[in-house]
Amino acid sequence: MGLLDLLLEPLSYGFLQRGLVAGILIGVICAVIGTFVVLKGFAFIGDALAHIAFTGIVVAFIGGFAFYLGALVAAVLAALGIGTVSRRAGISTDTSIGILFSGVFALGIVLASVGIQTYTVDLFSYLFGDILGVQAADLVAIALLGALVLLVVLALYKELVFVSFDPVVAEAAGLPGGVLQMLLLVLLAVTVVVSVQAVGVVLVVAMLVTPSATAYLLTNRFGRMMALGAGFGALSALIGFYLSYYLNVPSGGTIVLVASAFFLLALIFSPKRGGWRRLFATPAVR
Amino acid sequence: MGQPVQSTIADGVAEPATSAPIVVRNLTTGYRENPVLQDVTLTVERGSLVGVIGPNGGGKSTLFKAILGLLRPWSGTVLIEGSPRRPGPRIAYVPQAETVDWSFPVTVHDVVLMGRTPRLGFLRRPGPRDHEIATEALEAVGMQEYRDRQIGELSGGQRQRVFLARALAQEPSILLLDEPVSGVDAVTQHQIFELLERLCQRGITAMVASHDLSCVAQRFDQVLLLNRRVVAYGPPEEVLTQELLNETFRSHLLLLRVGERTFVVEDPDHHGTA
Repeated sequence: MGLLDLLLEPLSYGFLQRGLVAGILIGVICAVIGTFVVLKGFAFIGDALAHIAFTGIVVAFIGGFAFYLGALVAAVLAALGIGTVSRRAGISTDTSIGILFSGVFALGIVLASVGIQTYTVDLFSYLFGDILGVQAADLVAIALLGALVLLVVLALYKELVFVSFDPVVAEAAGLPGGVLQMLLLVLLAVTVVVSVQAVGVVLVVAMLVTPSATAYLLTNRFGRMMALGAGFGALSALIGFYLSYYLNVPSGGTIVLVASAFFLLALIFSPKRGGWRRLFATPAVR
Repeated sequence: MGQPVQSTIADGVAEPATSAPIVVRNLTTGYRENPVLQDVTLTVERGSLVGVIGPNGGGKSTLFKAILGLLRPWSGTVLIEGSPRRPGPRIAYVPQAETVDWSFPVTVHDVVLMGRTPRLGFLRRPGPRDHEIATEALEAVGMQEYRDRQIGELSGGQRQRVFLARALAQEPSILLLDEPVSGVDAVTQHQIFELLERLCQRGITAMVASHDLSCVAQRFDQVLLLNRRVVAYGPPEEVLTQELLNETFRSHLLLLRVGERTFVVEDPDHHGTA
């Protein structure tokens, strides 16, 4: 069997095609928002939103409505709440987020075991991701929500970069700083929801952070960091997808492992002297 | 609005207005329950260069935030060009520099171009004209050769000049500079003030805050001595007296030279926090 056959064989099945396309889309969307996540230190918030989205999914299953709706409502509400809390100075944001998200996630776990005996297997796949379970309707939802996220970032690119870099001066110059910060969190929530099905609650944060951090090590320009990150995200999804197919291992984990491998390579060969040190030493600058 | 289409950093003229650019009346404000400024009243005339001198914690930054509309008055009013609304891009602000993430992936030119953002409005990307304005602003502060450096690679004084260039790229009619000469060498201090004087001659109004203005105090048109309230406000030769400076700074020795004269004053927060 030639290389081309190896690459094409999985694509003869519809569910594998959908999985591959979904993976690449998610890789790109996560890295675009991930650029802000890495630079603003939002990784913990992203993780929290994913866990809260899980509870939204459980509620949707019990209530019998579309899981995307449940996840979106839960994650966006949580994003708005976190945005409000973090704007008030003097409160330890990390602690309040930690309490909120673990509590809501725990509620989701308990609800799942009590409320839905037959669907436990499906819910398990949301925890660890099942890229091959992506249905045609899911793919449409991923594409539409992803396009929405990308369009908003494109439309407000210069404002979002300004507010991320220097919120005080951006606001002083007349930009609606609070609204833009909040918008960024809502975009993060939508991105998390889009990704949860394919990579799972536990691994969403890796797709948000790892490709963008890899790109950060390789460039000093914001736009290039975003583009490179999207490239690493898509490539990780592509390579991870094939590896998981042929090695018969879970897709979410494989994709994240590939992304981590790219990061390690960049870390070793980074031309940016001390870049890695800055990445790990810089506390979340808000 | 009244901005001529062809205006440049070098020959642009701020739009004329009937009312004074900054009018503060009986302003009391602060953070949470603690008032920082109490009953502050002052009027700044168009084209004047105003020094705001006072100890750390005396309310210099708070006054700027109130003028910018970032902090609401608890009582009293702030009028910018006759209007109580938030001024937007007409005021440019250069804060004390240590608040941004220096490893952010932006170059010097990228940072200066950010100054165009509020002028462009939503959905519009910077065009050739905006890049030109950013380049002129960088030239005005003498930083054009650093345009492609990542912002974190610069020294403290260079960063301050880049932020000043970003403020200029905004084409403001009012400039607020918070401690622009702290940690800057004497030559750069001199250059910054020459630039400010040129801008003020063209009708731009500038306020400069500092807790240590030993070299530059005499260059201001007006000096505001501020320690939570207005200690004095007037021309430097009238305001910079031993008695008023003592009242402003209270305890701790500080050397202040004004022209030929040298004052020894006391600064309670000389090594303290902001």
